[in-house]
Amino acid sequence: MIHLQHIERIFLVGDEEVHALSDVSMTASDGEYIAIMGPSGSGKSSLLNIIGLLDRPDSGSYELDGIKVSELEEEQQAEIRRHKIGFVFQFFHLVPRLTAFDNIALPLMLSGMKQEERQVRVTAALTAFGLGNRAGHRPDQLSGGQRQRVAIARATIMQPSVILADEPTGNLDRSSGVEVAEILEELNHQGITLIMVTHDPDLGRRARRQILMVDGRIENDK
Amino acid sequence: MQVNDFLRYTIYGVRAQRLRSFLTALGIGVGIGAVVLLTSLGEGLHHFVLAEFTQFGTNLIAINPGKVTTHGISGALVSNVRPLTIEDTESLKKLPQILDAVSVVQGNAAIEAGSHQRRTTIYGVDASASRVWRFGVAAGRFLPDDPPRAARSFAVLGSKVRQELFGSTQALGIRVRIGGELFRVIGSMESKGQLLGFDLDDAVYIPASKALALFNRESLMEIDLLHSTNSSSTVVAEKVRKVLVGRHGSEDFTITTQEKMLDVLGGVLGTLTIAVGALGGISLLVGGVGILTIMSIAVNERTGEIGLLRALGVGRNQILVLFLGEAVVLAAIGGLAGLGLGIGGSWFVTLLVPALPSHTSWGYVVSAELLAALVGLLAGVLPARRAARMHPVEALRTE
Ligand SMILES: Nc1ncnc2c1ncn2[C@@H]1O[C@H](COP(=O)(O)OP(=O)(O)OP(=O)(O)O)[C@@H](O)[C@H]1O
Ligand SMILES: [Mg+2]
Repeated sequence: MIHLQHIERIFLVGDEEVHALSDVSMTASDGEYIAIMGPSGSGKSSLLNIIGLLDRPDSGSYELDGIKVSELEEEQQAEIRRHKIGFVFQFFHLVPRLTAFDNIALPLMLSGMKQEERQVRVTAALTAFGLGNRAGHRPDQLSGGQRQRVAIARATIMQPSVILADEPTGNLDRSSGVEVAEILEELNHQGITLIMVTHDPDLGRRARRQILMVDGRIENDK
Repeated sequence: MQVNDFLRYTIYGVRAQRLRSFLTALGIGVGIGAVVLLTSLGEGLHHFVLAEFTQFGTNLIAINPGKVTTHGISGALVSNVRPLTIEDTESLKKLPQILDAVSVVQGNAAIEAGSHQRRTTIYGVDASASRVWRFGVAAGRFLPDDPPRAARSFAVLGSKVRQELFGSTQALGIRVRIGGELFRVIGSMESKGQLLGFDLDDAVYIPASKALALFNRESLMEIDLLHSTNSSSTVVAEKVRKVLVGRHGSEDFTITTQEKMLDVLGGVLGTLTIAVGALGGISLLVGGVGILTIMSIAVNERTGEIGLLRALGVGRNQILVLFLGEAVVLAAIGGLAGLGLGIGGSWFVTLLVPALPSHTSWGYVVSAELLAALVGLLAGVLPARRAARMHPVEALRTE
């Protein structure tokens, strides 16, 4: 359960204040599928960053699963990111020197899981995402669609309750994009809350709920 | 994060830029190599000099006329200095802790044997000299235990003198002329080699009283004492001092225990080794700057990765530790290479110049490796802190 109230995010550019988010309030229940749309610069990424605890609002409050996360210390926020939130990025953000296997295993490794346990989980994930024969490949040996599948496998390997995807298909061709969207939707079917920023109206229409942002405000929520 | 995973992650980071990492590690390697090589040579010199000094044994005490004070040697010039005499030696022999005592007079004179002649060092000593100095006889025997003031005119030849004067012919029993006086050769010594410029082989040994007469001297130049290992050299030196002060009326002589001399010498050589090692340490500093540079570049290049790690729930502290770890691993690898370089180098130097022995002590090796890691740690602090302070959103934006 995500609960935002009167969120403001202001950037100072020179002497000028840019209101990336102004008075944004919204609630997302567990298992929802939300598409955030809107013109460039309207604050979609800013909103996602705040939901993902990568950024702090200048004012307003944010509750995640009943915890007032906006008041937590940085290290505690990191802890919540680790266990509850999975990120999927437009540019994949895979570690180039690590294999697909190691990229997916990265969150498990960082949280201190033993090698044998990781082996089981990551192997299962590789199979589930159709990457069974790509385990030993490095990112530069994978197609865009495969890279994004590795990134999604990584985002879900810690079994988060929320997936935040910022234009996950923005860097993919049509068919790979649809494929990735279907994977994300499948995860949503399994109960994970999915919040996805997209420019693509076709993709946006697939979501049950669409939020339209304009100039840092929620213009429309349906 | 598990330790082996941590190591794997940092090593992958180092390995991803092989050439760059190699060159950076090389910087540290050269520094550590220099430290190890130089300290090895220093230690080797240390061991070498100490071995030279202890070849006569370690429980020796030397007495010289004149008192060394803070104003320098107020000896020979001042009239109230009594000569060290053969009788002094005899009275010291009576001390229970003293095993042996040698009166020593030294000078130069010509020695003639038939048509051969040679100028050489003449040592006036006692029968006990070969025992006290651990000096073996090659043929015949050493000077006999005659009454010191009435010793017979016997001479014992150092190996080089024997070779020069007699070659392969028999020397024993032959009469030689030393400074005009006749002596009978009764033995020749084993080769002992040089000690700090004194060639004990290019020398002839005659009784001390004969040498005093030959050089027209009153005073011995030195009395060497061999004391039992049961009593400490300071205690013995104090007993010796009392006896001589009793005989001379004042302390107009200098007692040097070998233990003390070795202490001083060891101190000087140890300091030298450390100083030389520190010199090598300067090149380590350069290596450290290399690591700082490369880690800064790595942090820049991997900004996106840092952002990702933060998104995956890694806190600032862990980012700091990861990059510090990478700097340390880089330096430690360089350090290991440097150890190889230094140990190999010192082995090679010993091979080329056998006279310059090297001695690699494990203490220095371990400290050198720790030093390398420390350099890496310090050099990594700035870049790692920058990585830890990055804003995750900014970091993720750079691609
Ligand atoms: N670090 C920053 N410093 C200054 N201004 C910023 C910063 N980040 C975002 N902004 C501004 O905030 C506003 C919202 O940016 P945001 O990235 O959220 O837009 P967006 O909707 O994601 O756009 P796009 O579709 O192009 O990704 C923009 O006007 C942007 O210029
Ligand atoms: Mg955006």
